[in-house]
Amino acid sequence: MHSSRARLLAAPRALVAQSFPSTASVRWQSTAAAPQSSTKTKPKSAPETSPSFVKNIFCGRLVTDQILPYPNVLTEEQTENLNMLIDPTEKFFQECNDAARNDELERVDEKTMQGLREQGAFGLQVPTELGGVGCNNTMYARLVEIVGAHDLGVGITLGAHQSIGFKGILIAGNKEQKEKYLPKVASGEHMAAFALTEPSSGSDANSIRSRAVPSDDGSHWILNGSKIWISNGGIAEVFTVFAQTPVKDERTGEMVDKVTAFIVERSFGGVTNGAPEKKMGIKASNTTEVYFDNVKIPAENVLGEVGKGFKIAMEILNNGRFGMAAAMSGTMRSSISKAVEFAANRNQFGRKIHEFGAIQEKLARMAMLQYVTESLAFMISSNMDSGSKEYHLEAAISKVFGSEAAWWVTDEAIQVMGGMGFMKESGLERVVRDLRIFRIFEGTNDILRLFVALTGLQYAGGHLRAIQTAIKNPTANLGVILDEGSKRAIRAMGLSHSGPLPDVFLSLKDQALDVAKTVEEFGSACESLLIKYGNNVVDQQFQLNRIANAAIDLYCCAAVLSRATRSLELDLPSAQHEKKLATVWVNEACSRARYHIKGSRSGSTKSDFDAMTSISNDLIENGGLVAGRALGF
Amino acid sequence: MSMKILVGCKRVIDYAVKIRVRPDKMGVVTEGVKHSMNPFDEIAVEEAIRMKEAKKASEVIAVRCYSTIQQETLRTALAMGADRAIHVEVPAKDCENLGPAQVSKVLAALARREGASLVLLGKQAIDDDSNATAQMTAAHLDWPQATYASKVSSCDGKLTVTREVDGGLETVEVSLPAVVSADLRLNEPRYATLPNIMKAKKKKLDKLSLGDVGVELRQHLAVVAVSDPPTRQAGVTVDSVDSLIEALRHAGRI
Repeated sequence: MHSSRARLLAAPRALVAQSFPSTASVRWQSTAAAPQSSTKTKPKSAPETSPSFVKNIFCGRLVTDQILPYPNVLTEEQTENLNMLIDPTEKFFQECNDAARNDELERVDEKTMQGLREQGAFGLQVPTELGGVGCNNTMYARLVEIVGAHDLGVGITLGAHQSIGFKGILIAGNKEQKEKYLPKVASGEHMAAFALTEPSSGSDANSIRSRAVPSDDGSHWILNGSKIWISNGGIAEVFTVFAQTPVKDERTGEMVDKVTAFIVERSFGGVTNGAPEKKMGIKASNTTEVYFDNVKIPAENVLGEVGKGFKIAMEILNNGRFGMAAAMSGTMRSSISKAVEFAANRNQFGRKIHEFGAIQEKLARMAMLQYVTESLAFMISSNMDSGSKEYHLEAAISKVFGSEAAWWVTDEAIQVMGGMGFMKESGLERVVRDLRIFRIFEGTNDILRLFVALTGLQYAGGHLRAIQTAIKNPTANLGVILDEGSKRAIRAMGLSHSGPLPDVFLSLKDQALDVAKTVEEFGSACESLLIKYGNNVVDQQFQLNRIANAAIDLYCCAAVLSRATRSLELDLPSAQHEKKLATVWVNEACSRARYHIKGSRSGSTKSDFDAMTSISNDLIENGGLVAGRALGF
Repeated sequence: MSMKILVGCKRVIDYAVKIRVRPDKMGVVTEGVKHSMNPFDEIAVEEAIRMKEAKKASEVIAVRCYSTIQQETLRTALAMGADRAIHVEVPAKDCENLGPAQVSKVLAALARREGASLVLLGKQAIDDDSNATAQMTAAHLDWPQATYASKVSSCDGKLTVTREVDGGLETVEVSLPAVVSADLRLNEPRYATLPNIMKAKKKKLDKLSLGDVGVELRQHLAVVAVSDPPTRQAGVTVDSVDSLIEALRHAGRI
């Protein structure tokens, strides 16, 4: 929880006022945004304005700048480059890499590693002048999708290296650090790793105990501590390490510990690692403990500023999450093609099994989940590429949704294939084992749900406070109050004041309207939660979970409506198929979202939550189940 | 040594694509279909690069003639290791009529223009299967030719080429300049790596018109119709060996 709270505080606030689509709140936004541009003395009540779709639905507002039209930022040249990169990457994974063998060896076969080095796969986003391939996020996502379709173990080896291992150097490193480290990590000569997690510090990342103290002459730092579950821990030469460092508190003048990020080379001495961990999946990826024993780090190896390490850690993780959604959409693509092939050819009861409704529903749902995940991944990568800094909730949602969708899809692919799916030979059991970790690492899905809900509520809360302040001085803030007053009045009468999502293709208008109405309901539920619990809302995890689930569904709806709209407008051969995917998805997701919204505010569910708290307490007290056996013995 | 090698890079429908005949029966569907470098040309490019790496050649020039669309074939050759590329632009309307007769003229003109001492081509393209461009190019240039090469070694201005022929291998020696066409077993082409693909963008790619190389295209043949292979007739089940023999006899098969 602390980490989520700290994240909330760290969330970038200053954002230029953007032009928003015509809803009743336009006037409010421009009024409220004005003081932002001024100095630090801005009144506390000035709410942050964000182009993030997800943040704004917490205020019941549709802000579609990052959603519609479905973004594609690739220039003609980048498209051509990407097209050229896809083929060799696909060929490499089809012909040179053997995922089953890597799984069995519990490491990536050296021949594959060498091939990956030659391919340039270790430096996809490193600028070409520093020896990388120079991909932007969208190009990276498309290539990672190929990796995800073939071998998640290799995917983690690559991802731990570049998506988190040296990403800090890429986004927060200075010129010297970049020039010194990036060429060697891009070529794969040096592997990189991200060292944050510790035995006593998992989701609560701010509580790490590794500590670095400056030497007397200030020329270097001395690092001590240990990290666990470090991907590439046994093979990395370059580590991004997070450790507590003594920092002078500006207000009190006292020395306090704050997290700082360091670039640590194994060759500094004092860096050792444990044996590779035995794991359920992604066995090919090397996972170890890493120990730092009086490691001398040169002063110039501080990444970013001293004491700002936590923010860098979060930036790195936020920055890499879309990649997981991209990889997952590739994994699903591959699982689905196996299931489809089987369903199309398998005869039972004198018919092909795909002629049975039970199988048809499975295949259709698999296709929808893949479509949603892929739509999210590339929407977010495009938003990031066009310079948005407001993608954190969206990226968190893509990680949560993608990891759960891929798990379900691959599990169902096994189900479609029956006994055959359970056999190693089908190649799916490895994928299921590999997939399991995606719901856990880089921010568990549970923590990310809280992150989405709390960041969204904090954003909504900022706007709520602005109204409360305005009410204290009504004459000066008449516009705010009138806007807000009428919005509430309309809501109270059960009328909707918002139209459907603008710019959605005509044949999807019903769905767009459904989303708009549900967003409004969602906003009102968030407002009641804030009014009811105030700051204590952070402790209402049952409700927060439901709020997050609704937010996830609503963002997914917006993403698929946008993508299907684009396909319909371009009249792609798959347009009508995509329209069906979007229609069914939105119909079901909106009703699911309404169910969650209701769950977050109704009295009867609240008493169920209380009962569940108490059931859990009983279990803990009893050291296990409380009820005896059904037979009585 | 200063041997310049010219390699041809044709862009064809990818070998893995299921070919569909156009509704007007005058060609096959190419729009929205995956294309890649003709696999035999890829082998030729690889061989040329290996000769350069073995210091047997000074420069590898990848060439292609077609309309301006899709430079990726030449870019792939550059990413594999060709030094530079030349694209001879053919007006889009004339592209349909490009065959070995026309392309060989362009290649011969380029070989003269560049002072190449070896023209290395794929033995045939997998789309039209003509298997004539190398031979015609040699004729235009009046150079010796060695076709279906499965091994090439060079020494003292001569090439020793092992050719795959019916019933075995034939080894021939040709003096340079010469035209060689690559067969399947000549080598295994390397992958274009991602960093090299990006670096290849900085390599020189010249665009020339047909006028620049002094070639006028003439059409020698017209496509009358393109059709799918006949679909297989459904079989019948016979209940005994005797009736099978009877059926085969009836069909005139035995």
